[in-house]
Amino acid sequence: MAEPAASVLDVRDLKTVFRTRGGEIHAVNDVSFHLKPGELLGVVGESGSGKSVTMMSLLRLLPAPPADIRGGKVLLNGRDLLAMSDEELRAVRGAKIGFVFQDPMTSLNPVFTLGDQIMEPLIKHLRMSKAQAQARAIELLELVGIPGAAQRLHQYPHQFSGGMRQRVMIAIALACDPDVLIADEPTTALDVTIQAQILELVKDLRRKLGMAIIWITHDLGVIAGIADRVMVMYGGQVVEHAPVRELFANPQHPYTRALLQTIPRITGPRTARLKVIEGQPPILTAPLTACPFRARCEHRFDTCDAVNPPRRAIDGQPIGQGHDVACHWVAPAMQEPADA
Amino acid sequence: MLDAQPTPLVQVQDLKMHFPIYTGLFRKHTGDVKAVDGVSFDILAGQTLGLVGESGCGKSTVGRAMLRLYEPTAGRVVIDGDDVATLAPEALRKKRPTMQMVFQDPQASLNPRMTLAEIVSEPLDEHTNWTRDQKLERVYELMDQVGLNRRFVNRFPHEFSGGQRQRIGIARALALKPRFIVCDEPIAALDVSIQAQVVNLLEDLQEKLGLTYLFISHDLSMVRHLAQRVAVMYLGRIAELSPSKDLYARPLHPYAEALLSAVNEPDPVLAAQRKRIILKGDVPSPANPPKGCNFCTRCPRVMDICRTVKPDLLEVEPGRLVACHLYTAAGSTGASEANERNQQGENQ
Repeated sequence: MAEPAASVLDVRDLKTVFRTRGGEIHAVNDVSFHLKPGELLGVVGESGSGKSVTMMSLLRLLPAPPADIRGGKVLLNGRDLLAMSDEELRAVRGAKIGFVFQDPMTSLNPVFTLGDQIMEPLIKHLRMSKAQAQARAIELLELVGIPGAAQRLHQYPHQFSGGMRQRVMIAIALACDPDVLIADEPTTALDVTIQAQILELVKDLRRKLGMAIIWITHDLGVIAGIADRVMVMYGGQVVEHAPVRELFANPQHPYTRALLQTIPRITGPRTARLKVIEGQPPILTAPLTACPFRARCEHRFDTCDAVNPPRRAIDGQPIGQGHDVACHWVAPAMQEPADA
Repeated sequence: MLDAQPTPLVQVQDLKMHFPIYTGLFRKHTGDVKAVDGVSFDILAGQTLGLVGESGCGKSTVGRAMLRLYEPTAGRVVIDGDDVATLAPEALRKKRPTMQMVFQDPQASLNPRMTLAEIVSEPLDEHTNWTRDQKLERVYELMDQVGLNRRFVNRFPHEFSGGQRQRIGIARALALKPRFIVCDEPIAALDVSIQAQVVNLLEDLQEKLGLTYLFISHDLSMVRHLAQRVAVMYLGRIAELSPSKDLYARPLHPYAEALLSAVNEPDPVLAAQRKRIILKGDVPSPANPPKGCNFCTRCPRVMDICRTVKPDLLEVEPGRLVACHLYTAAGSTGASEANERNQQGENQ
């Protein structure tokens, strides 16, 4: 079914709506992307941009009454996750796709030992015996760099520091050797030195295990260091997509450009004043009929109020393969800091 | 109240904040968490001192102990001429208007049952005997200063976004015209695009009102942007205190060096070239800090002396104070006593 047979994951026109008492919230609007084996896709956007909801929708992890996946396809190795029965989907979650959540403090169960929590997917998905699972759990803990794994297995989450817990979360996500690892802001809650440890670990694991990774973050600095391709989200849709170097060297969307200028640098000349993106992200109570960024955009013109811009390629490659942007405004060629 | 005065507005000397640990049936005092263990620095009037470090290093405790939100265990905190650490309760209450705080989490630091007007005028109720109208007038003035629309005056905190809530927190801190503000991670809970708005506001207010800031943050790039001088804390002590431009160009303390190398540069080309110093392990517990230098358990350049002797914070280059044996042990191991409590405000 998947035309570029190379993709492990192929998401097409995904659409998720939350039904609330105040009306509908259109959280994910026709999001399409794909992931090749061994690739790391960075997903950037601020809170409310739809990045986490998109990933939760893939695995249908959102509670069903408020959340409603209105359309789209999520093809994992050619099979549509959205069309699967709950039973089939359960076999995919944790086994084919691993998920690492943001907060290592709350995503481990405090009343079970780490051993229990790492072994659970092994016993459930891979039908391992307890002894096998235990051996594999020790192996996993060693893989993610936890010293004294055999003893640590019998300890509870509170006996671990934040960085260690995040390593455990990664170990659990990796337990069944998934094809895809989705990491939702896995380093945001951690200190910089611990964050650096985790980033090195992930780079290293990727080299060893060769799985594809989706890395969600709001930190462009993290993305710059690890991603192959980047997808920028705003208002529940993809506003720009490009290979990482291209995105940073030649950002097209006014939002991406502004985002790159709002953050101070640690090297180079000190910025006199930070650029500000005025206003707030939109609340998506209606389907988008105009550009979601228009209220905060400095390049806004008439068309922006009338038509929600579709993604258009800017380097001649098909959408989602090379550099594309969802914006009516045509950015002046190259050179980003020159303009106001 | 223009800046460029060479006098320090704030002087902290050997500040200690120990929290007792009680154990057993009789709640016996068995030890202390030495959250802050001998911290000294000055802040010049109209300037910003950045205080950086990882969580648990004691940076927030320094800010809180300085404003007597905690009772400091020892040390002096001279703010605008008075030693806040030892002021009697009534004198302290009179002192409070000069020193204020902006908290990290605007969600948690604003009472959800109070309107914006009530929140911002609460300090006025406490410290002035103005009439209602006078207070409301001041609230409006403050709302203009922090960029909140006057129409929102009767709204509740939940009706505001995170960035707006932080503006309310700033307006409240400004209500009594303070000279010194402790900003405790004021942008940590905000989105990137909103962070810049709040940081620019803090800078504008500093310029307009001649404020002096202690800016506590774990965001090293933002501290570089805001602060003239930066103190790097590790496990309750200052590892390095340097002018911002020197620290970021060439950190001296191995911890400062590692911390800076861990910051992610938003540039893929640079990111690929940079060498990171990956520290092993986690920060030790402040209830049981290592003997000798606090950093000796993780330091990539640890020497024998580090495990036994605690290094003092000494001026190793003009204006730069470092607590590390690498810079003292080489030349003068024992003779460092003389210039030990070397006053630090003279430079800059």
